[in-house]
Amino acid sequence: MPESLFRKVWNAHAVRKLANGQTQLLIGTHLIHEVTSPQAFGMLRDLGLKVQMPHRTFATVDHIVPTDQFAEPYRDPLAQAMMEELRRNCAEFGITFFDRGTGKQGIVHIVGPEQGITQPGTTIACGDSHTSTHGAFGAIAFGIGTTQIRDVLATQTIALGPLKVRRIEVNGKLRPGVYAKDVILHIIRTLGVNGGTGFAYEYAGEVFDRFSMEERMTVCNMSIEGGARVGYVNPDETTFAYLKGRPYAPKDAEWDAAVESWRAIASDPGCSYDDVVRIDASTIAPTVTWGINPGQGISIDETIPDPKAARAADERASIDEALAYMKLDPGAPIKGTKIDVAFLGSCTNGRLSDFKEVAGYLKGRRVSPGVKAIAVPGSQIVALQCEKLGIDKVFADAGFEWRAAGCSMCLAMNPDKLVGDQLCASSSNRNFKGRQGSPTGRTLLMSPLMVAAAAVTGNVADAREVFAIN
Amino acid sequence: MALAKITSITGRAVHVPGNDIDTDRIIPARFMKCVTFDGLGEYLFYDVRKNDDGSEKEHPLNDPRYRGATVLLTGLNFGCGSSREHAPQAIQKHGFKAIIAEGFAEIFFGNCTTLGIPCAEASREDIARLAAAVAADPASELTLDLVAQEARVGAVRVPVKIRDSARDALVNGRWDAIGELIEGLPDMRAAAGRLPYLAA
Ligand code: SF4
Repeated sequence: MPESLFRKVWNAHAVRKLANGQTQLLIGTHLIHEVTSPQAFGMLRDLGLKVQMPHRTFATVDHIVPTDQFAEPYRDPLAQAMMEELRRNCAEFGITFFDRGTGKQGIVHIVGPEQGITQPGTTIACGDSHTSTHGAFGAIAFGIGTTQIRDVLATQTIALGPLKVRRIEVNGKLRPGVYAKDVILHIIRTLGVNGGTGFAYEYAGEVFDRFSMEERMTVCNMSIEGGARVGYVNPDETTFAYLKGRPYAPKDAEWDAAVESWRAIASDPGCSYDDVVRIDASTIAPTVTWGINPGQGISIDETIPDPKAARAADERASIDEALAYMKLDPGAPIKGTKIDVAFLGSCTNGRLSDFKEVAGYLKGRRVSPGVKAIAVPGSQIVALQCEKLGIDKVFADAGFEWRAAGCSMCLAMNPDKLVGDQLCASSSNRNFKGRQGSPTGRTLLMSPLMVAAAAVTGNVADAREVFAIN
Repeated sequence: MALAKITSITGRAVHVPGNDIDTDRIIPARFMKCVTFDGLGEYLFYDVRKNDDGSEKEHPLNDPRYRGATVLLTGLNFGCGSSREHAPQAIQKHGFKAIIAEGFAEIFFGNCTTLGIPCAEASREDIARLAAAVAADPASELTLDLVAQEARVGAVRVPVKIRDSARDALVNGRWDAIGELIEGLPDMRAAAGRLPYLAA
């Protein structure tokens, strides 16, 4: 019987049925970082347990690292303590740690693929909801809580119920100036922030076939913002070409065998899905959020929703709440909204292709006076690649601060924070209240090039106009 | 490790209205700079409860009538966003023992169940009825009955839904799966042996 990738990977990793009907699922790859793992190691010690597969467990540090300071101790003693705790845990249990001194440190969802640890047909868990990113390779990858990190450390398994599978096909051609980020913001806007609850999203269609691995990662990254714990793309030649030669990718004869098995793991033609959604690529425009969840997005030409036009009381209340927080006017165009900060980075859009694309347009342009603009590569390797190509110079010449790898202003755990009610044009993935470090800070999510357009004009702008793309 | 069989929770309730309440709101990220979960209860909903100077904003959890509530009533897609277990930990350490909502985000639901916090779903109308009964008499006790699958407060009695696997785990005292997972280790090794990338 033809099967979806999700079911095949699930079945291959199903250890046994548990008493409550859930499955004990084998986790082939466990990624950990400093924020959600320390308590799990504490629980492990309390129970007197060991790490079951240290060689399948990989650590990096990303959330708390200051992007303007390398030397330790860090100015924030709590950040320093978390750093040391992770170091101690990795040393004690024999776990590979891509520490800052290795030149391989970075955001966990950038490091895994970069090292070739993320592979098709595998299961990947990490105490981080954006673990869905790794699904771009045709892996079943998902975020877990700290108690489940303990479970994976101790048993290399977790208890989980199966998900339904929704295939989201995007066919046709994207218009110029429309990026992977716009595709996922459009999907979330269309299906809702909880539309994916209980589902794994399988992204497919001509647009995904043409997408690079980095573009696929951008989309899979934000699956969870649409409520889907898992998002994936079937592996193909693009996937294999990306992985070939990476440090943890299979080598020689093993490579050929692996590629053969990866081909076989892709969803079979004619397999059944619990739901299918089709989207015409030409209907997707550069998209910007105006509210306090990633589903509250509009295309750059639209106006900010008016609660008076809401269809239901519920919708009206959520628009009211969002506009009150965002201090935006209903009915006003989003274009022209003054920004204070421009942030380019994160596990959504902090990869080489993101910086390269922006640098191509940024040459000879200047960040608008009064805008604080920072560019933060997602890993030390991305930083190095950019620096080799002179991309860092392009950003610095334009007036961006070029920083060291980390999560930076994506969330409020390191010194990069909004101040007061600053409005930030951001390439990250969450616009929740207070997400970027100030309890009243405001975030507009958009593609990297739209962030650059906002940075150089000082306003939310249409990158296609600012950079003459047509 | 014998776990409590959680068949019902009884206590005073508080209604925190709103949809899509995310885990950044439940526990702002800056309070996650810690290596234990101790003391997190204090920071529950911090930025919507407190002003910059630490004084209190208007929020149901600041209302003295609801102090000591152990059942949380709320809206749709509760706990969306980050997978941080700090969120259910903060809820539990603040004193809550159960949540009744219109709906829960996936990862949050799993995290709560693993901590022995039942997450029950009820319709919008029924949550409004429970909330109204609680508002009319904040001292009255609400019972979430996992066996009968209903919630009761005063004269109000409404049906609730709890996913079967979670309900089974809670009422039979196996909501923390670690014991069972350890028992399955031989099967885990066999399964790993069949997968080329793990067999090495
Ligand atoms: S970049 Fe942002 S979303 Fe990604 S792992 Fe870091 S904090 Fe999480």
